[in-house]
Amino acid sequence: MENQLHIPTVAELVAQGESPDLLFWVGCAGSFDERAQRITRAICKILQHVGIKYAILGTEESCTGDPAKRAGNEFLFQMQAMMNIQVLDGYAIKKIVTACPHCFNTLKNEYPNLGGHYEVIHHTQLIHSLIDEGKLKPADGHAFRGKRITYHDPCYLGRGNDVYEAPRKALEVLDADLVELKRCRSNGLCCGAGGAQLFKEPEAGNKDIQVERIEDVMESKAEIVASACPFCMTMLRDGVKAKEKEQDIEVLDIAEITAKANRL
Amino acid sequence: MVSQVIFGILLFVAGFLFYRNARKIYRNIRLGHPINRSDHPWQRLKVMLLVAFGQKKMFKRPVPALLHLLVYLGFCIINIEMLEIIIDGLSGTHRVFSFLGGFYIFLIYSFELLAILVLASCLIFLIRRNILHVRRLNQKELQNWPKTDANLILLVEILLMSAFLLMNAADQKLQLLNVSPYIQAGAFPISSLLSMLLPANINALILIERFSWWFHIVGVLAFLNYLPISKHLHIILAFPNTYFSILDVKGKFENMEAVTAEVKAMLDPALPPPDTTVSRFGVKDIHDLTWKNLLDAYTCTECGRCTAVCPANITGKILSPRKIMMDTRDRLEETGRNIDHNASFVEDGKSLLDHYITREEIWACTTCNACVEACPVNINPLEIIMGLRQYIVMEESKAPASLNNMLSNIENNGAPWKYAQADRANWTQQ
Repeated sequence: MENQLHIPTVAELVAQGESPDLLFWVGCAGSFDERAQRITRAICKILQHVGIKYAILGTEESCTGDPAKRAGNEFLFQMQAMMNIQVLDGYAIKKIVTACPHCFNTLKNEYPNLGGHYEVIHHTQLIHSLIDEGKLKPADGHAFRGKRITYHDPCYLGRGNDVYEAPRKALEVLDADLVELKRCRSNGLCCGAGGAQLFKEPEAGNKDIQVERIEDVMESKAEIVASACPFCMTMLRDGVKAKEKEQDIEVLDIAEITAKANRL
Repeated sequence: MVSQVIFGILLFVAGFLFYRNARKIYRNIRLGHPINRSDHPWQRLKVMLLVAFGQKKMFKRPVPALLHLLVYLGFCIINIEMLEIIIDGLSGTHRVFSFLGGFYIFLIYSFELLAILVLASCLIFLIRRNILHVRRLNQKELQNWPKTDANLILLVEILLMSAFLLMNAADQKLQLLNVSPYIQAGAFPISSLLSMLLPANINALILIERFSWWFHIVGVLAFLNYLPISKHLHIILAFPNTYFSILDVKGKFENMEAVTAEVKAMLDPALPPPDTTVSRFGVKDIHDLTWKNLLDAYTCTECGRCTAVCPANITGKILSPRKIMMDTRDRLEETGRNIDHNASFVEDGKSLLDHYITREEIWACTTCNACVEACPVNINPLEIIMGLRQYIVMEESKAPASLNNMLSNIENNGAPWKYAQADRANWTQQ
């Protein structure tokens, strides 16, 4: 199926005199990080499968500025934001789905002050609504039935934007053995990447945050830990590696799980 | 008559001193930047009723929440008794509300039950702090004064409740002996258990009753004037602090308008140059914070729920959101003393950044908002941390080297890593 995947850019559609109903904001991690690219492709497969007329910005997309803002460089953040707003408004973009809670939060909450007003959803919200509309349905005998699965709340999706249900609904349709981590929802423990931490070494301490988090996962005895953020993906996989649990714990994005369960 | 005059003077002096302290706190809070939090009054009222009055967020930790609720209810309800004490003290009456009859009996009955519950809760709190060593109540920033402060508050509350019960016990015994002015009034489910410990001598009983009565009221007035130097100030400030809390989702960080003007001028040279009156980007010291940040600092009770959920602190980093708030208050009070002394602030060679909060602390933050979510009175340590980062990056250009790499990558290639913008869509071809 992979080779049949066609990913249109907005520029392409516009050249054909068309425009997308939904812009898929891929994000830097989704574009460049090899592991995150698999999440990106899973989202594209879902979008193509349900027949949404979508497009990406391709090389016209640029960092939202989230890590710059969180690192304290408001100038760089606002420069990025205003350039992106010019591109988005140039294409008259109305609705955006993001693969990353950080892009989601920034586009949704921090662009309006700078003149960028869009309807922004996170991919787990899109998946949730597609399930509700009956457009996504796990295939018979899919791989996740009965599997013990837990969910790690990304901070900028959960606490940051109060999105707790959508990703859980996407897991509930799987008929799997779902288990919550002891620190979940608004009490969820950060993976350690936010606030531009992903781009620097941690300060001196007695443990890495991702290791602390993987211990929660181990306690839950889950075989799969689902997340919905490319940064969490990096950190959780790092934690699994540090604990040498690669054989026991798999880290997957909600989009990947959904795509696989739907045999896409 | 003499005692009425003494009572009046005490009440006046305590009230005056409290007024002076309160004004000073108000002035200090006003040292912060102006921000507008007068929007959505009904929504704000709702937040205040739920979070401060209803203690909604306390119940994330049910055991301390229940104990705290008892102390809080006791404090609020037993204060009705304070009204009676003040009227009695000023007019020379005794148990002036006793004309309420059955309702008065109900009031005294419930005060007594609450008093013993408050007493027991405070004892348990003391045990938690000093014997059980609950982690968040024994961390580094609580050494010395903060620990003494916490224990003093609990001790005073225990003493006040004991005096209240002892007063009632003596009063009841005097009532049964038909001594004037101890008319039959109230019901004493708890203090009656104490009366067997009291002497039978009428004069001794009167002495005990009067001593307890005076001890109670003088203690309360002294406590009122202890609040301004104590973490216990939250019993007042929790209400305005929750009322003025941020109503937006937590993920949304404040937009820096001063930067917007400059960036717009940079992108469009046709625009008039921005107002250059902005003296500083970000936060270096007290004057760069908003008044809400300063109100937050005065409201903090140092409970450490923020620090207990902080991923950096949990994993042994020195960052503690509670310490951020305590440092802010300490520096604010130092600034206030400086103003008291010199009429206006005189440069003292110190600042919040570096002299109180170190760079190692603020760079350890993941901006995960766990501290903001955990605070039972909606304090936001994250805003202060972000302000300090902004100062370091925009005014000093002293971000950690790895972050500087990330920032220049964004600036040059539109991504935090060193990949070319032109390669951004390469994944579509694989």
